[in-house]
Amino acid sequence: MHAALTVFLKEVRENLRDRRTLVNALLTGPLLAPVMFVVLINAQLHVELGKAEKPLSVPVVGAANAPNLVAALRRMGMVVEPAPRDPEAAVRSQKADVVLRIPAGYGAHWRKGETAQVELIYDSSHRDTQAQIARLRDMVDGYAKVTGAQRLLARGLSPALASPLVAANRDQATPQARGALIFSMLPYFFVLTAFLGGMYLAIDTTAGERERQSLEPLFATPVARRDILIGKLGATTAFALASLALSITAFAVAGRFVDTSRLDMVLSLGAHFAVFVMLLMLPLVVLLAALQTLVAAFARSYREAQTYLSLLMLVPLLPSVLLIVVPVKARLWMYAVPLLGQQVGIMQLERGDALGALPVAACLAGTALAALLAILVTMRVYASERLAISG
Amino acid sequence: MIEVRNLHKSFGAVKAVEDVSFCARDGEITGLLGPNGAGKTTTLRMLYTLMKPERGRVLVDGLDAAADPLGVRRALGVLPDARGLYKRLTARENIEYFGRLHCLDEGALRRRCDALMAALDMAGIAGRRAEGFSQGERVKTAIARALVHDPKNLILDEPTNGLDVMATRAMREFLFGLRAEGRCVLFSSHIMQEVVALCDRVVVIAHGRVVADAAPEALRLQAGAASLEDAFVRIISRSSACTPP
Ligand SMILES: Nc1ncnc2c1ncn2[C@@H]1O[C@H](COP(=O)(O)OP(=O)(O)OP(=O)(O)O)[C@@H](O)[C@H]1O
Ligand SMILES: [Mg+2]
Repeated sequence: MHAALTVFLKEVRENLRDRRTLVNALLTGPLLAPVMFVVLINAQLHVELGKAEKPLSVPVVGAANAPNLVAALRRMGMVVEPAPRDPEAAVRSQKADVVLRIPAGYGAHWRKGETAQVELIYDSSHRDTQAQIARLRDMVDGYAKVTGAQRLLARGLSPALASPLVAANRDQATPQARGALIFSMLPYFFVLTAFLGGMYLAIDTTAGERERQSLEPLFATPVARRDILIGKLGATTAFALASLALSITAFAVAGRFVDTSRLDMVLSLGAHFAVFVMLLMLPLVVLLAALQTLVAAFARSYREAQTYLSLLMLVPLLPSVLLIVVPVKARLWMYAVPLLGQQVGIMQLERGDALGALPVAACLAGTALAALLAILVTMRVYASERLAISG
Repeated sequence: MIEVRNLHKSFGAVKAVEDVSFCARDGEITGLLGPNGAGKTTTLRMLYTLMKPERGRVLVDGLDAAADPLGVRRALGVLPDARGLYKRLTARENIEYFGRLHCLDEGALRRRCDALMAALDMAGIAGRRAEGFSQGERVKTAIARALVHDPKNLILDEPTNGLDVMATRAMREFLFGLRAEGRCVLFSSHIMQEVVALCDRVVVIAHGRVVADAAPEALRLQAGAASLEDAFVRIISRSSACTPP
């Protein structure tokens, strides 16, 4: 049996006997994110759907000034509330989302055929009221359009005269793409899971082994340090992959508990998604394992390694946040950048789009190259004299 | 056989080993005697290629450690200063792991484990996880692990450290057994009595230098002292008198 394989099997066996590693790598790590995810998404859906389905109720000031308008709004489903004493204050204090004010001069302007005015009083800094405001505005605009068209017809003119141009909406976002907006954090969850899955082994097999004074006897065996490192990296990678596979499966199951049909979106978290995510993540998992081992080898103690790795864990957050704050179009070079490539690739997969051979190849090659470099650097550190000596 | 020629090693300003030469022969027990910080551990670490000497050569059974470190380590059994076990593995699994790293086949490995555990009286702990082992149990497991591949040469860094009288005596008998098998045994110690009781040859080092290399009796005659302990103290203080502080 090859020495690297012996090291690999021993590390796997030893860590399978460690409860803390098991719970972290195979339970809380891969399952916590999907559970949180379902709860968060459902809460968000609940809020948005609640607003959309509730009848629109609006306090109206001066309803008596425009009985026809108010009657029309009622027909469109609006519930007219009694007017507050101070509409501006009511909006500012969020007692009302939006208040409709019909001025006293409304009737006079209307009868003369001039442009009459109503006021929508709202606070645009409250984002959650925007849907209500838009609905009210649509109702008022709709009433104005219909009335305008009737007036033109009454004078024997075509209503088209008054609207020489309309822009029709043809939204090309597939239902999946709308869902993917919510799911743009998913790639980060996957990277995080792989990171946490391998972290304990990376520390345990290097800084931990040195601290427990067993690295020196190991290095006194006739096994090249390179082979020892390969075995340890293999074990770290195996735990990270197991963690990731569990997480992807959990997300696929969790996806079923998100009632996306109500928002008419579809999420592609099926088998095709799982296989391609694993494929894109494979070289990244190796890269992460090598980097974790490298950091752990530099650390003077187990604790120090843990501290460094907690900081390193924040790095994969960068591309996720970047792409959410500054949404950019995915270009080929991005696929070749480790982390960024997985981020854009997985986001595309969620959207239900097929990934071309070229982006997949770029992603695999780019990250694999980085992983190879990281392994070579780690091998150099492993060959150093001070690595084995504790204290 | 282990031959050491003009070894040098320093850590920054600290000259840990300076021009150390000696020879440990087959069928003999050689003791490396010296006070704390004398450079014993550093010397032994260069023998099993954990550290590279700045100058000098190490030959194990004629193999040059610089040219063939893997070959040298294959010919050596090592009980290093750091002798941690894997706590989540049993004593037997700890030993087997090292046997597999030495590429023993499973049949030979089983026979060798059984023989070593019988010789070291480990039947009670073979199937127990190393977590919570006593000092003596730890040392036994570490020795069995060092010997699993049946090496011709043995290097032990303070093997009786932390052992009680009974365990020390058992260890002594065990080392005599290894000598009787014709092996080359090299061990370090800072305890006079131990060296007297065990060694065919004593190499005394102080401040990184060899200050005496002889049989225990010859050493005492050489120093003109009544007991070996007096000889030791005399040799050490003589060497520190001529080393600048
Ligand atoms: N890794 C290291 N880094 C820096 N200095 C070291 C290192 N290893 C040993 N030294 C120094 O080299 C000198 C010799 O140390 P060494 O451990 O070889 O002594 P020793 O004879 O084994 O002592 P002891 O009986 O206490 O085990 C000491 O001064 C020690 O401080
Ligand atoms: Mg020492």
